[in-house]
Amino acid sequence: MNISVTVNGQAHTLDVEPRLLLVHLIRENLNLTGTHIGCDTSNCGACTVLLDGKPVKSCTVFAVQANGRTVQTIEGVAENGNLHPLQEGFWERHGLQCGYCTPGMIMTAKALLEKNPNPTEDEIRWAISGNLCRCTGYVKIVEAIQYAAEKLQAREKVEA
Amino acid sequence: MIPGKFDYYAPTTLNEAVSLLGQQKGAKILAGGQSLIPAMRLRLAGPEVLIDINRVAGLDYIREENGYLAIGAMTREATLDDSAVVHSKYPLLADTAHVVADPLVRNLATVGGNLAHADPANDHPATMLAFGAQLIAVGPKGERTIPIDEFFTGLFENSLGKDEILREIRIPAPQRGSGGAYLKLERKVGDYAIGAVAVFLTLDGDTCKSARIGLTNVASTPMRARQAEAALVGKRLDDATIKAAGTAAGAECDPSSDLRGAADYKRDVIRVLTMRAIRKAMERAQGGSR
Amino acid sequence: MADVRITTPPEISGMGHRMKRKEDPRFLQGAGHYVDDVKLPGMLYLDIVRSPYAHARILKIDASKALALPGVLAVITGEDLKKAGNLHWMPTLMSDTQMVLPIDKVVYYAQEVCAVVATERYIAADGVELVEVEYDPLPAVVDPYEALKDEVIVRDDKEKKTNHIWHWEAGDKAATDKVFAEAARVVKEHIYIPRIHVSSIETCGMVADWDKINGHMTIYMTSQAPHAHRTVFSLVSGLPEQQIRIISPDIGGGFGGKVPVYPGYVLCAVASLVTGKPVKWIEDRSENLQADSFARDYHIDAELALDKDGRITGLRAKTVADHGAADAACNPSKFPAGLYSVATGSYDLKAAHMEVDGVYTTKPPGGIAYRCSFRVTEAVHMIERMVDIAAHEIGEDPAQFRLKNFIKPEQFPYKSVTGWTYDSGNYHGALKLAMDIIGYDALRKEQAEKRARGELMGIGISSFTEIVGAGPSHTFDILGLKMFDSCEIRIHPTGKAIARLGTKSQGQGHETTFAQIIAEELGIPASDIKIEEGDTDTAPYGLGTYASRSTPTAGAATAVAARKIRAKARQIAAHLLEVKEDDLEWNVNKFQVKGSPDQAKTIQEIAFAAYTNHPQGMEAGLEAVNYYDPPNLTFPFGSYICVVDIDRGTGEVKIRRFVAVDDCGNIINPMIVEGQIHGGLTMGMAPALLEEIVYDENGQNLSGTFADYLLPTAVETPKWELGKTITPSPHHPIGAKGVGESATVGAPPAIANAVVDALWHLGVRHVDIPITPYKVWKLLREHGVTE
Repeated sequence: MNISVTVNGQAHTLDVEPRLLLVHLIRENLNLTGTHIGCDTSNCGACTVLLDGKPVKSCTVFAVQANGRTVQTIEGVAENGNLHPLQEGFWERHGLQCGYCTPGMIMTAKALLEKNPNPTEDEIRWAISGNLCRCTGYVKIVEAIQYAAEKLQAREKVEA
Repeated sequence: MIPGKFDYYAPTTLNEAVSLLGQQKGAKILAGGQSLIPAMRLRLAGPEVLIDINRVAGLDYIREENGYLAIGAMTREATLDDSAVVHSKYPLLADTAHVVADPLVRNLATVGGNLAHADPANDHPATMLAFGAQLIAVGPKGERTIPIDEFFTGLFENSLGKDEILREIRIPAPQRGSGGAYLKLERKVGDYAIGAVAVFLTLDGDTCKSARIGLTNVASTPMRARQAEAALVGKRLDDATIKAAGTAAGAECDPSSDLRGAADYKRDVIRVLTMRAIRKAMERAQGGSR
Repeated sequence: MADVRITTPPEISGMGHRMKRKEDPRFLQGAGHYVDDVKLPGMLYLDIVRSPYAHARILKIDASKALALPGVLAVITGEDLKKAGNLHWMPTLMSDTQMVLPIDKVVYYAQEVCAVVATERYIAADGVELVEVEYDPLPAVVDPYEALKDEVIVRDDKEKKTNHIWHWEAGDKAATDKVFAEAARVVKEHIYIPRIHVSSIETCGMVADWDKINGHMTIYMTSQAPHAHRTVFSLVSGLPEQQIRIISPDIGGGFGGKVPVYPGYVLCAVASLVTGKPVKWIEDRSENLQADSFARDYHIDAELALDKDGRITGLRAKTVADHGAADAACNPSKFPAGLYSVATGSYDLKAAHMEVDGVYTTKPPGGIAYRCSFRVTEAVHMIERMVDIAAHEIGEDPAQFRLKNFIKPEQFPYKSVTGWTYDSGNYHGALKLAMDIIGYDALRKEQAEKRARGELMGIGISSFTEIVGAGPSHTFDILGLKMFDSCEIRIHPTGKAIARLGTKSQGQGHETTFAQIIAEELGIPASDIKIEEGDTDTAPYGLGTYASRSTPTAGAATAVAARKIRAKARQIAAHLLEVKEDDLEWNVNKFQVKGSPDQAKTIQEIAFAAYTNHPQGMEAGLEAVNYYDPPNLTFPFGSYICVVDIDRGTGEVKIRRFVAVDDCGNIINPMIVEGQIHGGLTMGMAPALLEEIVYDENGQNLSGTFADYLLPTAVETPKWELGKTITPSPHHPIGAKGVGESATVGAPPAIANAVVDALWHLGVRHVDIPITPYKVWKLLREHGVTE
């Protein structure tokens, strides 16, 4: 089946099987391997991407469902070659170790901060409760997201 | 991990969807897909045809109408979780949407799908039972209303016809003095409930005028705790009455033993959560905390 | 609180700096390079047909329907491997044997039965569904005590028809028996530590690329020990070792799960040999959970002997070790029960005796794949539970009881009664600091008040001694390979450097920490130092990263190699400054003339001179390699205190606070150490409250997906509070000890102790982990407590 998907701002037209999972479209057909697969029962969130701006598990969406829609992956997060404040925050605050859950975690956090620019720690933990991490114990992920929230709010103030 | 093959349709109108459902052999509706796709990936489900209704316009809404809250069947859990009217006027529903699966699933999962899947482990069935909701189904012969008490007919079985699609859920507008609460005990975020209880009461002062109690994951279908309800109706809700209702709920459910715990544990969880949910519903009914 | 030692400025970023990780940019931008990211032209896919039975004869494998599916190229069976040169069996890293593919029977649920090779991943999956296997089920044996009756034999391929694998002892039985005979009190308990699974977010996988023309095999593999794997592959396959290149690229978490050799790896390599094309195998999560190496599964009968003053005098433990269908635990070869005999812990005992019996059952093979330091998790859980039970039995505060029984600072180096020489420790300091941070006395007061009101609150302590850095060559080897590790450093003319090591990071930050060690020794900015690991063609031989060994071994090798370079740098500096070597002193990043510091040469100037102006008669260049044979293990330690509140109605345990004071000696990067501890605490809490691999009586895995094998999310995970003491290792070149597994070792007993402490007054003395709400509810019910 022919589908058109815009991924990280670029339009693509592809011919795919209906059963092709969105995560495989992204990783295999489009060679964007930053989105990862960590489980097979939709529990881990490593595959999180933004579908029309909302964080979803791309392993639990068929690529054909993304026909005519927009997808953002970790490769599309940096801004004009500059790290997004979330990427900066994860770096500054050691919010990653093996890096495998990190793309999914950042996509979820990005959507969180767009919706709730000043989340409490509990709100952050709740928002990332669909993203499993085995390495960090989450403390520094929370700090990374808080760093980004502050940075984004400061930027808002300057731009305002 | 990899689902089997299927044919795929993405109709843009409900009528088209209904007629495809009638024509295509072995067809299933794809709504949020958050229950169906995992089952297909493990090859526990293998529909030959998927009818994707995500492109049917006009199924995703929350509207206060005459005497009820009308919720489109394709309304996402996240939308319910964010809705001001749901939080302020239907906190039982807000409680429920908040704890379905995890935040990512909630961006795609739909309240209609959560009900139509007819899984006693899902959360909305108990809550809709507690609300006494009505479901609007659309089929080739037109629309019909299904009272929630008639909807769940067996494990993963509902009373929709083979060619009917759920279109809307209607929750009666709250009367004065009513309040509800949903309490869920889960081992971790994203797990199914060890047990959960939805309580909806109307009070006259301290006396219970009506009570509906729905239970999650403690029987082969979503169930009402009718004996627990009976223990409350017409009575002053003091400690002894609440305790009696809890005991009744625990006794009348029929949980299975599994990794979440033995059946007697789950019964006791229902007993305890029923008491706690009644108290919370009372607080809300009396205009107290949210 | 201890101050981290910093002697270099931030631009150089030697030890002690919270340097941002050099490896992060690629991970943050989706440019990590994991095995499933590898794509080679013409690459095929391998998927595996697995057994639905724990124990069954294979009557027939019919692959005809699979082979008829367009895109399926081959189905590999045990018979095929046997014909190819008896490749259907392989050695384990404990010198046992394990089936690659079965011919006669399967011995665990989800065991590999045959492999499908196809042009696409999705077609391989379809092919797997089409293979028809006929089984004749046999009785499963899942209880190791039942297995010891030898009524159902798991390994009938062995000469001796028994499920008993080995018997191992440590300590002095006669001395221990005497101590127990003289004891004023003996405290006994049966402790079961169930089977768990490491579940890194990345599963295991491989891309094998056989180049027929050059007779060369390139393998991308999720491997924590690529050199050892290369040697084993070479010996097993007959391919010459220089013709095998294993590349362990970015690894999404290892924790011990990527040390064993799984049948899938062998099948992938064979498929590439057979087809002459690259072949990729990536396991699903279900396969990973159901078939890959597990950890724990120890059944322990423990006893502590106390004298009349409440001093612990002896420890005795008999343990049944359930290894599944093969002993595939990757322990050092002389230690089938790993470093379990460190179970005398932080306490000064007179005698100890431990016995372990390894047992076969019809479950997947393994034993130590979960951040356990070679069975130290089991040892510490046992001793810390027993110490807590003993304290409660005699009515003494568990903190005071520990302080009374700790090895004292002046006793270090301390020779334990099971033969370990602890290098350094300060147990009193760590526990007192933890008590201070958490406000211990106030908490005990609060507990008493709550108890009077019927509220259940508990405080649990764990004061662990870890043992890492395997290890000295006189004692430690894996399959005969000594457990040194290595670092090779080369300084370029412009003063930048590259260093390669025999270890392999799976998230521990080696690209940063090893650069910091070199920066400390040579004054070259850490950002100018490239660190590489994981390519067996270029990295010096090493035994890999697991059991918290990298800093103790490769970290030492790095410092030693850097010091060799500094020694040569001194010669070059003397030549450049026209002074004698003795006239020079080292100052952060330069050699300067004593008493005349403006006469100096920086390391960069020296490096340039090594290629352009070195003394006549000296070899050009500036590099060194060191294979470090540690003289001893290192002994990180700590004290953890956990506060729990228990819901009387539901049995839920909520961790209200958790303070972790760790001592890992000198700290290279405090931020990275904190991350290791946070992560380790979470992987300690998880088995304490949530994780368990459960089998039914037929050996079916009931918890084989993430839907039932429960990893904690950010909501279940507490806000860990950390503290530290710093007690350097006297024998390690930079005084560092390693820390990766301390928290996984120390946390579970702290939590278990807190729960039992909350319930002791009701008559509860022990509960096995995982402490689920159901377990707690049962205990409450048994003791008359309900809501």
